[in-house]
Amino acid sequence: MSAVWIPLANIFGILIAAVLLAALLTWGERRLLGFWQDRPGPNRVGPFGLLQVVADMIKLFFKEDFVPRFADIPVFVLAPTVVMATMLLGFAVIPVAPQIGVIDLNVGLLFFLAMSSIAVYSVMLGGYASNNKYALLGGLRAGAQTVSYEVFMGLSLMGVVMMSGSFNLREIVQAQTEGWFIIPQFVGFLVFFIAGIAESHRLPFDLPEAEHELTAGFHTEYSGMKFGMFFVGEYLSVILISSLITTLFLGGWLGPWLPPVVWFCLKTSFLVMLFILMRAALPRPRYDQLMQFGWKVMLPLALANLLLTGGILLWNQ
Amino acid sequence: MNTVFYLTATIAVLATAMVIFSRNAVHALLYLIISLLATAIIFYLLGAPFAAALEVIVYAGAIMVLMVFVIMMLNQGDAAVQQESQWLQPKSWFGPAVLAAVLLLQLILLLDSEAAANTQGAHAVGAREVGIALFSRYVLAVELASMLLMAGLVGAFHLARGKHTKSAERDHAI
Repeated sequence: MSAVWIPLANIFGILIAAVLLAALLTWGERRLLGFWQDRPGPNRVGPFGLLQVVADMIKLFFKEDFVPRFADIPVFVLAPTVVMATMLLGFAVIPVAPQIGVIDLNVGLLFFLAMSSIAVYSVMLGGYASNNKYALLGGLRAGAQTVSYEVFMGLSLMGVVMMSGSFNLREIVQAQTEGWFIIPQFVGFLVFFIAGIAESHRLPFDLPEAEHELTAGFHTEYSGMKFGMFFVGEYLSVILISSLITTLFLGGWLGPWLPPVVWFCLKTSFLVMLFILMRAALPRPRYDQLMQFGWKVMLPLALANLLLTGGILLWNQ
Repeated sequence: MNTVFYLTATIAVLATAMVIFSRNAVHALLYLIISLLATAIIFYLLGAPFAAALEVIVYAGAIMVLMVFVIMMLNQGDAAVQQESQWLQPKSWFGPAVLAAVLLLQLILLLDSEAAANTQGAHAVGAREVGIALFSRYVLAVELASMLLMAGLVGAFHLARGKHTKSAERDHAI
């Protein structure tokens, strides 16, 4: 009996928690931005404005679900579902605590990379199917940006893989009992964090939807819940990347005194706050600066980190 | 396990057929992505999780993105769909289809005679085995492939670079 119930509880618990947290983050982000920018933020609906999420949801659900007649309709409908589906699937491999986690996959890390590389289609197809110049430009930018940053997103993680000798996320956490990987792999952490911002196209790198030049980029033509899926998908990817950084570099659930789940949540929410702080603090670069930074700074850094880690590991063998 | 395999294989075959029959290039590419994902699942079922993950990351996630990217940039409209529908006349696909059907028949006969039971119980091939095989037995092939890719990269760079003019500088900034 419990053999069926425990996995089911895990699956639905993580699924519901991920979606709820992503929805809540839409409020949390605006409150935190308000705090840093010395203004209240949304504080009218419910205690501390907490019910703002519900108000936004009601608004999104009741908006007209408009599909432009010049759009490529099947692709237009498919596009927003891709990001939601892949990001939620990505949560399947995250080990939240020793007993909590959906699947213990021996290629867990690669599974995450696969999901994040499939998620690009959402933005690209959304941009294409809208049949709109701004959306197309946004989609093209998203495609080029994500493909470039994916290269060293994978490379930056290989240092961790070499040190723990496994692609399995649980084994990677267990390999950090003597010390978190953020200390020996600080360069890898930095590169992965920056690549993570670019992958989820969050603010310093949100060129695909840069509103000052592209209206709203790839989701210009989207409204109602289709837009909502893009929106929630973005927050899901922020949470997913934060929890992955926690797992890979900050020792996952490991920590003294508190129960493992609490440690995991604390570290992840700290990283999510860091994501929001980056948004509040940094200006947007130009598109060519973004690409040059990727290929000319981050890629060599990731490669050098890989070479050094491999060399030191071989030396100590 | 067999049911999953046949289901996935059917999806792969149908999706690949749709790649050929779709008149819209982007729809065809979407079917090709589905076909690649199905192939990855088949790899996983046959006990090669590492190959499955690489199939998704490299083929479905990187190469196909570039193809979609190029098709998007060309931004073909209904005219291209019309043109495509003129190309698919029966007289142009009938001959190849017959030949391919004969090949398919041969394949089915071969599979039937082999009893096709070799795949069951194969041990899992992880990242370590793949890495060791690539860098010991197949190291020459790996190096040759990397040289070929390097030559392709340099060639592409040379072709795309053009002459050093002001317009090239401006194009670079886009």
